[in-house]
Amino acid sequence: MDRIILHCDMNNFYASVECMLRPELRDKPVAVCGSVEERHGIVLAKNYKAKAYGVKTAEAIWQAKQKCPNLVIVEPHYEQYLRFSKLAREIYSRYTDRIEPYGMDECWLDITGCTRGRSGFEIADEIRRTVKFELGLTISVGVSFNKIFAKLGSDLKKPDAITVIERASFREIVWPLDASEMLGVGRSTTRKLLYYGIHTIGELANAPEELLKHIAGKNGLALKRYASGEDYSPVTHQDYVMPIKSIGHGITTIQDLENSAEVWSIMLELSQDIGSKLMKNKKRAGGVAISIRDNELFSKEWQCQLSLPTQSPSYIAKAAFELFVRGYGWARPIRSVTVRAIYLTDSDAPIQYNVWTDPEKLEKRERLDLAVEAIRNRFGKDAIRNAVLLMPMKLPEERRVELVMPTGMVS
Amino acid sequence: MEKRFYKVYVPVTLDVDSDGNIYPRSIVWEDGHVYEIDRLKYRCRAASTKVGGCGMRYTVMIEGKETYLFEEDGRWFVEAKDAS
Repeated sequence: MDRIILHCDMNNFYASVECMLRPELRDKPVAVCGSVEERHGIVLAKNYKAKAYGVKTAEAIWQAKQKCPNLVIVEPHYEQYLRFSKLAREIYSRYTDRIEPYGMDECWLDITGCTRGRSGFEIADEIRRTVKFELGLTISVGVSFNKIFAKLGSDLKKPDAITVIERASFREIVWPLDASEMLGVGRSTTRKLLYYGIHTIGELANAPEELLKHIAGKNGLALKRYASGEDYSPVTHQDYVMPIKSIGHGITTIQDLENSAEVWSIMLELSQDIGSKLMKNKKRAGGVAISIRDNELFSKEWQCQLSLPTQSPSYIAKAAFELFVRGYGWARPIRSVTVRAIYLTDSDAPIQYNVWTDPEKLEKRERLDLAVEAIRNRFGKDAIRNAVLLMPMKLPEERRVELVMPTGMVS
Repeated sequence: MEKRFYKVYVPVTLDVDSDGNIYPRSIVWEDGHVYEIDRLKYRCRAASTKVGGCGMRYTVMIEGKETYLFEEDGRWFVEAKDAS
């Protein structure tokens, strides 16, 4: 029997929440934008009125204003978005416990076996009406027999609409669409596919395996299966927590960084948070990766392995800074810095020392880090810090809400 | 002319029974006037399309008129008609 999978997509999520909370905005073109002072001054989301003017997500505020001079700019309220995202999931959970979020505004629902004799469309429609009534927000729903087509369906008709893609007729609906419409086909894959004359999802489904393997490796084969409706990936249970692969922190500074000393303090600051998170999640970092973006928005990433897995913020910061010094040539000032702890292992896993390791010193170091962490937990993050961090830094204000960004399901 | 509405947060007197059910009994208006709630007709989760916000919506009778009273994250509000 085929599964029944819904993909619920909350339309123009940030902008819709803002318009819902402030009805006076409803009839105006609205764009939710990051703060200009903190140099996040781009369009994060817009409503349909703004879309009609050609305002696009990710363009700078001044560009959007040029297209639409009376555009209303509102700043994001992440705590509200999280609240509405949670409320929506609460509605979904009345139908099934297999709910897999994809970012804040999208979810897959597997309602196989929970339909009580109703069709996928009927349930999708009830969910759509409930969300509209209870939250005042519209969603578009795709109903299909796998996740890929459900997601595709939710993009076909919006807002406040439902698209059903059935096994019997998916070829007529899905195959004429551009290949780039399908989840997993990003910009660079699209370009490669076009080069070989593959424009549509149907052409992708019917392309020879060897060719796709040549174009995109084993991903290419996965894409062919997806295009043919052979995606069997399950919708995860709502309590499922994805294993952590890396822990990172990044910051766009309010002014460009001009010298290595400034980069060092930023890295130290970032590493402090990474260390906390490693401890909280009981992980050690086996490697460090940094990514640096200069003021021309060109970014590059470097990574290295550590000789011993660690949770120590200073050790991570040092490794990150070493990478930076070795790699970055200071061609241009720096706009943003990201440090990530990678190759994570469990903190209670045994560690192989080498001949030169001084276990006593290591233990001392660890005790120091734990003490610092304890003080931070008890008295706040600013209660104790490296002296170098007392210098004025080009840090933006603390972001209060942690965001979890969707990651690709194609791997 | 289209009527305009605005959001007014109000103090509310509540009764809570032993099952934890909540019954709003009266609200205090902006001018200090206390309005008794004659009857609670219906309760459901809903969004306020007129003034924005969402939560638990109580359909109540106040002085013979049906009106909505919303509870949103512990605060209570009504949809007030703009006098102007």
